Amino acid sequence: MMIELTGLTKQFDDFVAVDQVTLSVAPGEILALLGPNGAGKTTTVRMLAAILRPTAGQAFVAGYSVTEYPREVRRRIGLLTEHPGLYLRMKGEEYLEFFGRLMGLDDGERERRARELLARFGMPEAWDRRMGTYSKGMRQKMALVRAMLHDPSVLLLDEPTSAMDPHSAKLVRDAVLGLRHHRRAIVICTHNLAEAEALADRIAIIRHGQIIALGTAEELKMHLLGPPLMELRLAHPTDGVVKLVSGLVKIEAQGENWLRYSTPDTHETNPLLLQKLASRGVGVLTLSEVPRSLEDVYLRVVEG
Amino acid sequence: MAAVAERVRAGRGESVRSVLTIVKREVRDSLRDWRIVVPVVILTVFFPVLMSLVADVALRWVAKYGAPIVGDRLLPFLLMVVGFFPISFSLVIALETFAGEKERKSLEPLLATPLTDAQLYLGKTLAAMIPPLLAAYLGITVYLVGLYFFEGWTPPPILLVLVPVLTTAEGLVMVSGAVVVSSQTTSVRASNLLASFIIIPMALLVQGEAIIMFWANYNVLWWIVLFLIVVDVILVRMGIHTFNREELLGREIDELNLGSMWRTFCGYLRWERWFFGRDVQKMPPGLRWLGVLGGLYGRDIPSILRRSWLALLTVTIGIVASAFIGQVFAARYPLPAEMLGLEYISAETFSEIPAVGWLPAFTIEGVLGNNVRALLLAALLAVFSFGTLAVALLMAPLAIVFFFVAQAAHVGYSPALFLVAFVLPHGLLEVPAAASRLRWPSVWELPLCRLPGE
Repeated sequence: MMIELTGLTKQFDDFVAVDQVTLSVAPGEILALLGPNGAGKTTTVRMLAAILRPTAGQAFVAGYSVTEYPREVRRRIGLLTEHPGLYLRMKGEEYLEFFGRLMGLDDGERERRARELLARFGMPEAWDRRMGTYSKGMRQKMALVRAMLHDPSVLLLDEPTSAMDPHSAKLVRDAVLGLRHHRRAIVICTHNLAEAEALADRIAIIRHGQIIALGTAEELKMHLLGPPLMELRLAHPTDGVVKLVSGLVKIEAQGENWLRYSTPDTHETNPLLLQKLASRGVGVLTLSEVPRSLEDVYLRVVEG
Repeated sequence: MAAVAERVRAGRGESVRSVLTIVKREVRDSLRDWRIVVPVVILTVFFPVLMSLVADVALRWVAKYGAPIVGDRLLPFLLMVVGFFPISFSLVIALETFAGEKERKSLEPLLATPLTDAQLYLGKTLAAMIPPLLAAYLGITVYLVGLYFFEGWTPPPILLVLVPVLTTAEGLVMVSGAVVVSSQTTSVRASNLLASFIIIPMALLVQGEAIIMFWANYNVLWWIVLFLIVVDVILVRMGIHTFNREELLGREIDELNLGSMWRTFCGYLRWERWFFGRDVQKMPPGLRWLGVLGGLYGRDIPSILRRSWLALLTVTIGIVASAFIGQVFAARYPLPAEMLGLEYISAETFSEIPAVGWLPAFTIEGVLGNNVRALLLAALLAVFSFGTLAVALLMAPLAIVFFFVAQAAHVGYSPALFLVAFVLPHGLLEVPAAASRLRWPSVWELPLCRLPGE
């Protein structure tokens, strides 16, 4: 595992910001941390970045304990903070040179990586421009370049596409997905649920410092919203069809020539159902799953 | 073995490189800010030239009234002033250094790099010092060149060494103090408001230096340099010690958390009951007080002594230095033997000593009251000076004591007997209290506030 947390807890005086968090992230895996403001996402990320010291529990990043080897951990992580936090009087080149040096990159490697990343994010012109002249999206991308400059094995990204236009956001998402193929472990804190669903292999929902749901998007939907809802559209009115299929599935709603049903095992039930309808000569136009968003899951969990 | 040494050398090289990387960035950033550059240029070039002209006019004016000595003393004083003004700017840069980064949200990415706290702290400190210090040296040079051309005046060689050294030491004190303030506050505004803790002592110090400059006893200024170096060492060490990434990020507002301060203070007055491994609670009620004493003398005090080794070492060095100073002055200014008639001391001897200004009457209550007053004052000064003024204040009387010890020895009395008779009784109360004053800087470590980061 690239990230391994066991009972990780952070307490500020009487306030427990992170409470007994246990999770792991494998190489090549993207984990999205979702939760309302103040839920403990940033505090968790700061502990993973060895900036905050856990009050209890253990955290290993790239095989190093964050409490015993904080410098080794920081060498191996790339942190994109909530705010870009650039030095606006510096040029892009100077900024990346500064962070590249601190991360121990030699001159040639530093420039090669910096130029390559700037090109990948579609802003090669940022190299010799003062960062004070950048747009919001450029600043965010520059911060991401800084986080990825030393090719870290673990990336901690706090709202990576906030303030970006759709094109830039796609570039960033593609870059993140590309890192997955390079076996990097990535943790993304985001409020953008669609992005989390599109990018993350697993999603952890955190509230009051505790992980209250963890799994793939599909697992969370199944667990929290129940079995998937299927919609059957017929070439004819549904008269008689309801009676025909009600033994197989649970009818949830119906209209003139459509019906919605739920079943715990779609893989087994759907072929049977189609077979039955075909044998009775019922014309099926479409059979599809009613889309259920991660937002439904999130709201269900967060609102309790 | 060679490989280990090589790794240690490489580690050191990396440390220095990291510090220099921070210094380079910060200096470049400062030099790009016209709000810093313009005043520094004015103070470096315009102000020293103006001072040269003022000195020229002043010399002629005082010469008209037959007081050339005023002019002679004015020139070294202005030399010190032209050096001090540019370094005062280091305070502005240093106060902004951590608090400003926090306000601009650029601190967290920096804290997520492999930099150690010491590298970050030293890098920031040096970066805040270098531009103003270079400006100060340039200002001094401009002033000296100006005076040479206007008046043909060249300073005594001692001043050529002393003033830059003094300026550097002052700059380092201001910067290291300001960096401590900046790393413990949440905003530039809060830093600026707390800057009075640095400005007021420095203003007093510069006034003192001005008096010495007009007195023209430049050797005294070396003692001030020594004092400043001690303060520098303590401030830098304390700054690194109290530097806390967590507090830097976690603290959102500055508020005086009196409850937390009180709890921390009370924590220093509590200790665990202990009596040679026995369960104190199971001891007979009449003997449980043994656990209180055992815990205090068997555990708590040895632990305090271990933790306070540096404070104790500082006091020991202070005592040795006081003894040396007392000895030197006693040798230089020997008292007549009849002034030290110690065989005939009685209660009346003390009561007949004439009252001297603010000194108390020589009674037991008077001496104790004076010492309590001195300790309270030392405690107060310790808070403002990170403990250093407490040492200075309490060691100064010791120099006087050693002066008399040496005088007593000179006229044939036993110095040990003198010490036992006159100093040891204070060991019951004042000496332990004085040692504890040295720990007063820990007040700075009390949490001003604790608020969650997220």
